[in-house]
Amino acid sequence: MADEAIDFRIPLGDWTETAEDWIQDVFDTPLGLLADLMRMLFDIITDGLASVLPVEVPEWSPLILALLLGLGLGFAAKSWRLGLGTALVLGLILGGLHLPPWYIVAVVFAAIAWLAKSWKLALGTLVGMTLIFGVGLWEEAMDTLALVAVATLISIVIGVPLGIAAAYSRTFSAGLRPVLDFLQTMPPMVYLIPAIAFFSVGVVPGMVATILFSMAPSARLTELGIRGVNHEVVEVGEAFGASTSRILRQIQLPLAVPTIMVGINQVIMLGLSMVVIAGMVGAGALGGEVVRALSGNDLALGVEAGICVVVLAMFLDRITAHSGRAKT
Amino acid sequence: MLKRWLLHQREYEVLSESDHAAAPAVSVQNVYKAFGRRPKQIVKRLKEGATRQELTSQGTAAVIDASFDVNPGEIFVVMGLSGSGKSTLIRTLNGLQPPTDGVVKIMGQDITAANKTELRRLRREHLAMVFQHFALFPHRTVLDNAAYGLEIQGVDRAERRRRAGDILSKVGLEGWADHYPDALSGGMQQRVGLARALAADTDIMLMDEAFSALDPLIRREMQGQLLHLQEELGKTIVFITHDLNEAMYLGDRIAVMKDGEIAQIGTPADILSKPADDYVASFIADVDRTRVLTAESVMVPPAALSEEEQVRARTTTVKAGMTLQELVPVAIRSDGAVAVEGDGRDGEPVQMGYVKLANLLEAMAPPETGTHPTVPEPETSTVKPAGEDA
Repeated sequence: MADEAIDFRIPLGDWTETAEDWIQDVFDTPLGLLADLMRMLFDIITDGLASVLPVEVPEWSPLILALLLGLGLGFAAKSWRLGLGTALVLGLILGGLHLPPWYIVAVVFAAIAWLAKSWKLALGTLVGMTLIFGVGLWEEAMDTLALVAVATLISIVIGVPLGIAAAYSRTFSAGLRPVLDFLQTMPPMVYLIPAIAFFSVGVVPGMVATILFSMAPSARLTELGIRGVNHEVVEVGEAFGASTSRILRQIQLPLAVPTIMVGINQVIMLGLSMVVIAGMVGAGALGGEVVRALSGNDLALGVEAGICVVVLAMFLDRITAHSGRAKT
Repeated sequence: MLKRWLLHQREYEVLSESDHAAAPAVSVQNVYKAFGRRPKQIVKRLKEGATRQELTSQGTAAVIDASFDVNPGEIFVVMGLSGSGKSTLIRTLNGLQPPTDGVVKIMGQDITAANKTELRRLRREHLAMVFQHFALFPHRTVLDNAAYGLEIQGVDRAERRRRAGDILSKVGLEGWADHYPDALSGGMQQRVGLARALAADTDIMLMDEAFSALDPLIRREMQGQLLHLQEELGKTIVFITHDLNEAMYLGDRIAVMKDGEIAQIGTPADILSKPADDYVASFIADVDRTRVLTAESVMVPPAALSEEEQVRARTTTVKAGMTLQELVPVAIRSDGAVAVEGDGRDGEPVQMGYVKLANLLEAMAPPETGTHPTVPEPETSTVKPAGEDA
């Protein structure tokens, strides 16, 4: 048959599997360390810094650290708003989301919303958090927040430097762009397969899949932000004899912050949409509830868990969309 | 090895040259700057005699064979219409746009041969710059903007804030130190830009159309302030402008650029009275001559007046440097002529010549009455190669 001549199959999938085996063999230790790191960050946010320290310290002690860091930053930036906001956020993260009663956490969320935007947002936050507790999904919602926080942090740590490198080198930018396209448009569930292979089931593969899917905007918008800085202002740095790294630190990055914040906002939003999918690999949290509702055809649970995700998404979107624009 | 040794020798010579008091602060020798895929090739063609128009398919020849020296303490103005290459030329002076060919020496040191570290050091120590659109840092206060150059030089915080504060009050911005630039008007923003360059305390200041974005009244005021500061601080200034009146008012010497080439270099009076070609002549047609010409440039020798006229004229004496603007009201009130005196060697006034009312009227009319009083399109006028003037 004529068809047989042009009938062929590219074993792309097999190749990928071979590559996966190879990566697993060669990078066994680094991957293990990465998994340990992510699990530790997750534990800090859910159960507090005190729970992961090898020595016994009071549960409230991380709050002092948070307060000191907040004060330091607020003093350095001459902004009480920034200082107080940082202290509150760090207090929650280092103190552990699960330790205080729900209403205290909800009030702190509301306070952060107030600092970041307005009293109206604070009120809305309070109502939303009460709703989450009211439907009995508080613990799951806090786990979801912790998942998103860790995934966002790692996405930024990887994405922002990539974006800076891309802003400086056209070649690197041209090479990076298809990789980011790939990461962002691959159907997200596909990430779960290698994630399970490398990290087995649980929170870690969920976070890895989330990071892969949500990282792109932080790199893209960092590049865009730096390239968008007024050329003449950068020229000032050059004309006065500043070094490249100094121009980056003192001129380009500060002026790119609003754009970078848009990127971080998008990372968070993509991350939230991904943690639900991550529920399929045992990441638990709200995603786990959604998966449970889906398999049990339980509309009531599905709607409740879904609404909680929406509340978290709106809260995180509003506070991050505004903190970048806030002036001193 | 030998080459290395020769290079060392050259550096040594260059350094000892810079110790000379008379050495130029900025020396530009046969500088070319071309943009395009193969800039070197464009320069080669230009040297073989090709014109800028012939090479447009290969790229842009922005600066063609520019040569001049700027003396310490001088205000050297480069003037030309947009697209004449003046902004590119000033950027070759601090290496923001390295020249494709030719040599630029700053305080005797060849910046075209300097490596990156060297170049940064030269910029920090010798070259400050004021930008057309101010280019202030929006995230820094006025004081921190003004202190930027000192910060890059590694001056400690208290010291640089003190020095920047001093300069801010010099440019009339005391009380604004803690504001952010967006709270300031355009004129005030450029004062910050000027303060930033002055505070860096470099020998040379490059000013790229520094006052062009300001409205006329503020511009006039800033020009006056610049001259005032220049008198006090004695900087070497390279000033770029498209405004001939500004060039004439500020410049000790002026280089007129056209299509990437320098058409004429001279003092304002030189350019007004002896334009090198039609292009320069048409350019100066609408300049305010009373602001530029001085008593010295319009006076006639004593022999042109009778003995009796001279005696009468000596009842009113004026300084040689007085502009016609100031001179006219004095001359009108005089008896038909005034005596011009200058400073002699020991500071004693010396009789130099006389200005009659007729001389004044004559000087205010443009030379060659045939020239059209507007600036023509650059393409329509033909210009001789700038080589002999440069």
